[in-house]
Amino acid sequence: MTKQTIINLGAIEDIPLGQGRCFIVQNDEIAVFRSRSQAIFAIENRCPHRRGLLAEGIMGNDKVVCPLHGHKFDLATGKGSEGMECVRTFKVWQENGQILLEYPIAINVEKKCEDHYAEIVLSANSKIYYREERK
Amino acid sequence: MKRKLVVIGNGMAGARVVEEILKRDPNKFKITMFGAEPYGNYNRILLSNVLNQTQEPQEIFINPLSWYQENDITLHAGVKVIDIDRERKKVEGLKLSKADVAYKDQVPLSEEDVVKESYDDLIIATGSRPFVPPIEGTELKGVFLFRTIDDCHQIAAYAKHCQKAVVIGGGLLGLEAARGLMTHNVEVCVIEAAPQLMPAQLDLEAAQILKRSMEAMGLRVFTGVVTSKLVGENGQVTSLLFKDGSTLEADMVVISAGIRPITELAFKCGLNVNKGIICDDQMKTTDLNIFSVGECVEHRGVIYGLVEPIWQQARVLADVITEVNPKSTYEGSRTGTKLKVMGVELVSMGEKNSNDLNDEIIVYRDPHRSIYKKLIVRHNKIHGGILLGDIESSDSLMQYFMSDLDVPENRTEILFGAVSGTSLVDVSTLPENAQICNCNGVCKKEIVSAIKDQNCISVSAVGSKTKAGKGCGSCRGLIAQIIEATVGKVSYDASEHFYVPGIALEKSQLVREIQDKQLKSVSAVFKELADGKEDADSKAGLASLLKTVWPDAYEDERDARFINDRVHANIQKDGTFSVVPRIYAGVTTPDELMRIAQAAVKYQVKMVKITGGQRIDLLGVKKEDLPKIWKDLGMPSGHAYTKAFRTCKSCVGTDFCRYGVGDSIGLAQQIEYRFQGIESPHKMKLATAGCPRNCSEAYVKDIGAVAIEGGKWEIYVGGAAGATVRKGDLLCTVDSHEDVLKHIGRFIQYYREHAKYLERTYGFVERIGIDLLKGILIEDSLGICAQLDAAIQRAVEAYKDPWQEADIPAYDHQFSGPQLIQVIHEVNNNG
Repeated sequence: MTKQTIINLGAIEDIPLGQGRCFIVQNDEIAVFRSRSQAIFAIENRCPHRRGLLAEGIMGNDKVVCPLHGHKFDLATGKGSEGMECVRTFKVWQENGQILLEYPIAINVEKKCEDHYAEIVLSANSKIYYREERK
Repeated sequence: MKRKLVVIGNGMAGARVVEEILKRDPNKFKITMFGAEPYGNYNRILLSNVLNQTQEPQEIFINPLSWYQENDITLHAGVKVIDIDRERKKVEGLKLSKADVAYKDQVPLSEEDVVKESYDDLIIATGSRPFVPPIEGTELKGVFLFRTIDDCHQIAAYAKHCQKAVVIGGGLLGLEAARGLMTHNVEVCVIEAAPQLMPAQLDLEAAQILKRSMEAMGLRVFTGVVTSKLVGENGQVTSLLFKDGSTLEADMVVISAGIRPITELAFKCGLNVNKGIICDDQMKTTDLNIFSVGECVEHRGVIYGLVEPIWQQARVLADVITEVNPKSTYEGSRTGTKLKVMGVELVSMGEKNSNDLNDEIIVYRDPHRSIYKKLIVRHNKIHGGILLGDIESSDSLMQYFMSDLDVPENRTEILFGAVSGTSLVDVSTLPENAQICNCNGVCKKEIVSAIKDQNCISVSAVGSKTKAGKGCGSCRGLIAQIIEATVGKVSYDASEHFYVPGIALEKSQLVREIQDKQLKSVSAVFKELADGKEDADSKAGLASLLKTVWPDAYEDERDARFINDRVHANIQKDGTFSVVPRIYAGVTTPDELMRIAQAAVKYQVKMVKITGGQRIDLLGVKKEDLPKIWKDLGMPSGHAYTKAFRTCKSCVGTDFCRYGVGDSIGLAQQIEYRFQGIESPHKMKLATAGCPRNCSEAYVKDIGAVAIEGGKWEIYVGGAAGATVRKGDLLCTVDSHEDVLKHIGRFIQYYREHAKYLERTYGFVERIGIDLLKGILIEDSLGICAQLDAAIQRAVEAYKDPWQEADIPAYDHQFSGPQLIQVIHEVNNNG
């Protein structure tokens, strides 16, 4: 069972301007990008071609170029430049200088949640939020 | 019993025909050869290299003396045949004394040392001798012919004491002789009686362009001048007197006014001789047992002086004489010549001038680059052609001419090819799944589908859709052909000339904008020149350019750099990095090696590899370990990850090598300390070689310095030994390490300022042309040398070892790996 969860990935400044960084959430590597115009994007980190690290790619014009063989991906839609290639995208935004990611977390503990948001304190500067989808 | 075969003449034709015979039937003949020169046979085409000392005589020998022994051939070297007795089937030869020139027709007779051989079959391959025009005074000291190795030695020895040399004859051989002489520090002047240079190969216009190019290289050329007398003092030549009464001073004169077949021997024994020895289509003379081959032959009224037709003759002769194919015939050759005169490449075939009003004449002129191309098309076939300065399309042009094929509808294709590098492969015959781009594994049907379905009608459009042609680029010609075959014609994106795709400017315009608007960062460039639209594919190219334009004031935005340049290591397929410390000139110490070994163990590198550039590569290092391993190594970055000066390899030079003539290690270390880390449009791999044996492969490096005798260094530029293999062009020869550094620096700076992004030096040098580069960088024809020297000096001074960022990272999280986000399943329910 998965649950769409909002996860705090930390301060926006921890991603160098115009670059990406890789975060590992459960079994997924997620590349989060921060453009020079302060837009943020999240896509899966591995290029479907040869598993290149997209977080290390050059970004520009809301696209990222895989450092291994130059395949390009649209950061908003995940659509690739080569044939049918594409990568998963994740909803991401910032709030009070923090990066928030919506992620379908795998959950095996049943918990009922009435509010939209519940907060889990992980550490002083890293927090995880989750949200239960309303039917 | 074996038949006795005697071959008169041990030149290229004589030896070739024997090779062809042995190939067909090694046991049929007992072979005896006569050669008037006291050597085995050699490649006469390369004689000018012996004269200019780029090759040693022994390097141009085709068959060493041992070849004759191994094949049981009796060689009478230095023996001139003086008589053929056709009735008794015997030949008689005389040993020449060392002083006699092999091709002279008058030989002092001595009854001793007569060599007699009898034959069953005889081949006459006497070749030709230099033509000496009827000029008075050719017997003077200091007057030479140019035909044999001995001639070369004598010319070279005499030139040592001369200042002014004159070559009579402006044909191919004359210019070759002039080229050879120029390396001997004499002023060289070429005199041609015809109104133009190379009248056998060029029309007047091409000849004038060639003349200008020759003059630009320091050769003086006079055409339409007929020499009437060589004037001497004390038996030594001092000047030339011309028909018009004018004179020219000269310490030495080399006569190279063409060649004439040597036919006296054949004539004397009663064979049919016209200009040459007349042969039928089976290379037989009028005597059934006597054949002839080579430059002495007249076949269907034509005498050939080029190797290709002579090889054909030799094959037919061998077929017939061995009876392997007794009906084989030679029917004459259509030949083009492709040659290099003093570095200028030219191709010529068929007629030089049209004499029929119905001929189509297609001419392309590019005077600035000294390029001239002309085609004469008659009945849709090549009737004549000249390519001068740019001979890229020569292979297909020759193919059309020699095979007498119909030329394409679009004539310009034959002159230029569809795109540079067009090959002769006919794409229409290739199967659908034939792989066109071998770098990216793109096959024909993918390209065709991009063209048809996605409307990609330029090479770059196909490339951005399929990746074809985006690797080494050598298949771009084929892609153009496929586009043409599919939609009729190839279109060209203006964007192909842009320095980077995201900004619609060529490099020179872009640099001007950057300077005028004082743009010092990549984002500023996008803001000012691209409406703020950042293009990922343009960032790295712009970063490299800005660093060149503003060596010390460049505003370094790391997001504009490729990952390798952000973290100063080379990303590998698994996301780890390779670490290559700088080892100047490939010389290391036990101490460094121990540190390298300890670091390799500590960081569990997956492989320790010796690289092609004489470095040690530690593969499989994690990003977050990079600063730590650099510190442990305690060595500067080797820049094995970036578009910059990479390495200068060296051989052991004079320190240990018993052949070395120059201190290649010392020089390589100086080069590497000076230019380490200098960014450029593409990587630069250098080498120094302590002698021309080239153990460090300096000839095929982006820049190579090769030591030659006399304490000098030759600097080669534009070499390559990757997907493209190219020997570098000689830029200059200098006397000291300081001068090597100066000229290398100048070339690097010019390359940095003028090459397209990702254009290697081999492409750049070919595009600009070595002669132009010599003019700009050596003779300072544009007056920019001082500026280039100052600019490279600034870049050198701005150098900082990027591995210093181990202590002070350039930005937060520069070396951070993936961050693990722990997800806790218990939920603090606040509801």
